[in-house]
Amino acid sequence: MEVVNSKGAVLSNWEVFGLLKDLCQQDVKGRRNLAKTQTHLANIAFDTLKYLEKTPCRNQSPEVIHGFLESVKDFKLTKAEKLQLINLRPTTPVEMQLIIEDSEERLTEEQVDQLIALVEHHLPDNPQHLVNGKPNQ
Amino acid sequence: MFQLAEIRHMVRIPPWLFGQTLNDAVVEELNRKLANKVVLNVGLCIALFDITSLGDSYIFPGDGASHTRVTFRYIVFRPFMEEVLEGVIKSCSADGIQVSLGFYEDIYIRHDAMMTNSHFDETDRTWVWDYQTEDETHHLYMDIGEKIRFKIIAEQFADTTPAGPELTEGIDTASERKDGKKPYMIYGTINDQGLGLVSWWTNSNVEEQVNEEEEDEEVE
Repeated sequence: MEVVNSKGAVLSNWEVFGLLKDLCQQDVKGRRNLAKTQTHLANIAFDTLKYLEKTPCRNQSPEVIHGFLESVKDFKLTKAEKLQLINLRPTTPVEMQLIIEDSEERLTEEQVDQLIALVEHHLPDNPQHLVNGKPNQ
Repeated sequence: MFQLAEIRHMVRIPPWLFGQTLNDAVVEELNRKLANKVVLNVGLCIALFDITSLGDSYIFPGDGASHTRVTFRYIVFRPFMEEVLEGVIKSCSADGIQVSLGFYEDIYIRHDAMMTNSHFDETDRTWVWDYQTEDETHHLYMDIGEKIRFKIIAEQFADTTPAGPELTEGIDTASERKDGKKPYMIYGTINDQGLGLVSWWTNSNVEEQVNEEEEDEEVE
């Protein structure tokens, strides 16, 4: 086995979530029982899904992510920063500063607020809030 | 957090899979071989993403299986440096905190990567952040099971392919095997604004929410 490229593309949580969900659904359709024939795959897929279900990616869709990326075009963020915005869905200035490097120098306070507003507007709310019976405000 | 790794491999398809299409058989074999395993310097393999090229199949003398050269992309868990992740505290010791993501739990936050003014409480066996405001000190405990946010600062791969038999005999090797070399370890830090327990940074909101809910109930 040879590794051609160990760092190909970076995937967002949503992409992995969707793929694994498809994989498990295929299993349900009963082509072959995944849990019996491929225990390793079934285990890791199940555990990863369980983790991802608790993250904001659960409520995302390609349209949502595309819309968000379009809206933050003018902020000159790096790819990694945008990815983390989508994966973590930060809603406080502290979290923003954490994700965006040198945010004090690169962004003004208004821009940070703007960015938070965009995150809240485009990316659906955290599942935890949904549980509390409070969908998008 | 997740990446695609491109790998080339000669896949051996045993005769009992000949009933399926080549594609299905290759997918099954690759997932059986790689899922939930760590590949050195690549990361923890999750599931097959796609097959990019499928070569000709060969049969070798003395082996009923067919061999096919396949290039494919696999989803691997490998957070990049400085990435911020959220997990759950699995255990605490004087050396630091171990964090679990559910599917992966070899994440360590060492004692020197804690918040400044942190100490390890021997009686409770937890780490405590002594957060100082102007007039008082708050002791913020990091209990097991709490949600924690951390930043990746280092990763370490170890080659765990079995070498020759150990020279030292007996108990030593047994205990070594029990401890097990970790094939892939990640080191995190929580020494920054916004890192550490998630509740530290959202507390005010939560309180507000609770108040709101109470008010709602009263109205009802």
